Amino acid sequence: MLKKDRNYLGLILLAAALGMCVWGFASGEAEVVFAKASNICMECIGLG
Amino acid sequence: MAKHTRKIVQCTWGVLTNAWVKGFLPGMAALYQGPLKHFCVPGMNCYSCPGALGACPIGSLQAVLNERHRRFPFYVLGFLLAVGAFVGRFICGWLCLFGLIQELLYKIPTPKLKIPERVDHALRYMKYVILVVLVIALPLLFRSQYGAGEPFFCKYLCPVGTLEGGVPQVLLNDVLRPTLGWLFRWKMLILILCILASIFIYRPFCKYMCPLGAFYSLFQKISIIRVKVDKASCTGCGACRRACGMGVDPHKNPNSAECIRCGECMRACSKSALSFTGAGKEIHFGKKKVKKDKGVHQQKQKGVCS
Repeated sequence: MLKKDRNYLGLILLAAALGMCVWGFASGEAEVVFAKASNICMECIGLG
Repeated sequence: MAKHTRKIVQCTWGVLTNAWVKGFLPGMAALYQGPLKHFCVPGMNCYSCPGALGACPIGSLQAVLNERHRRFPFYVLGFLLAVGAFVGRFICGWLCLFGLIQELLYKIPTPKLKIPERVDHALRYMKYVILVVLVIALPLLFRSQYGAGEPFFCKYLCPVGTLEGGVPQVLLNDVLRPTLGWLFRWKMLILILCILASIFIYRPFCKYMCPLGAFYSLFQKISIIRVKVDKASCTGCGACRRACGMGVDPHKNPNSAECIRCGECMRACSKSALSFTGAGKEIHFGKKKVKKDKGVHQQKQKGVCS
């Protein structure tokens, strides 16, 4: 793959990823993350 | 780049992302529940750490996949893709707290273990299996009789959660201690093995187990920030390969999936043949060659951008 193509691919992927972030955030996915992250995750700390 | 610049960045980032001091107060321990918990940090950092200000991306990915009404994880996956597409595994080398802990353990003066190349090569694929099976497939597909999913990687394997979340939470909260059971003992065993392995092997979790590193590694060759070798300057002396703790040969494969982009190879290169490149710029972390009219003159520079 040409170096130039890799640069474009990286940029395209970054742009698509940022679009996905915005879409997911707008659809309420961040609330799922918040609900999990703001309480002690009993599974994560080994308590089942 | 000064010798300890990376350590300073790693420590500073670790402190900044776990700065909820209130969470460490005995008897009053409460996780941070502010708006920053909507956002993932780019490295492995358990959100159940008493001081955590952000969310673990691997834990968050499993949480979304665990949902009763399965949805595509646009937000979390988009975040991971964005980081990977921008810097690849640079996060592993500079912004991962557990990576820092392993590096500090490796500094303990003991004989170091050399894993046979064939065994090491085979074990490197284990992190991809962990990513696909424990982080993606099982959380997505498995449901208990009550319809609940499980974060399989977090629950059964992740030593980061045990170290940053489990141990501090159990120490700070009396009410949790009676609930300790086989799962906690199993995770402590994994943590102890990781700690012991880190004393004898450089970053074993990163090499063999980390699903986040496995994900970011997929973008090494196409990320915007990459490692570049100046073939004209490189003499093939092998100093970069000897300096690399991850077993990469930078002058042959500068954007290897195993490279954590720590920059140690750049510091070791006497010809300044290795650099980070991106958006038309180069960043040299070693001795910078400065061309003068009467020839080439070498002078030490710190992170000079050209």
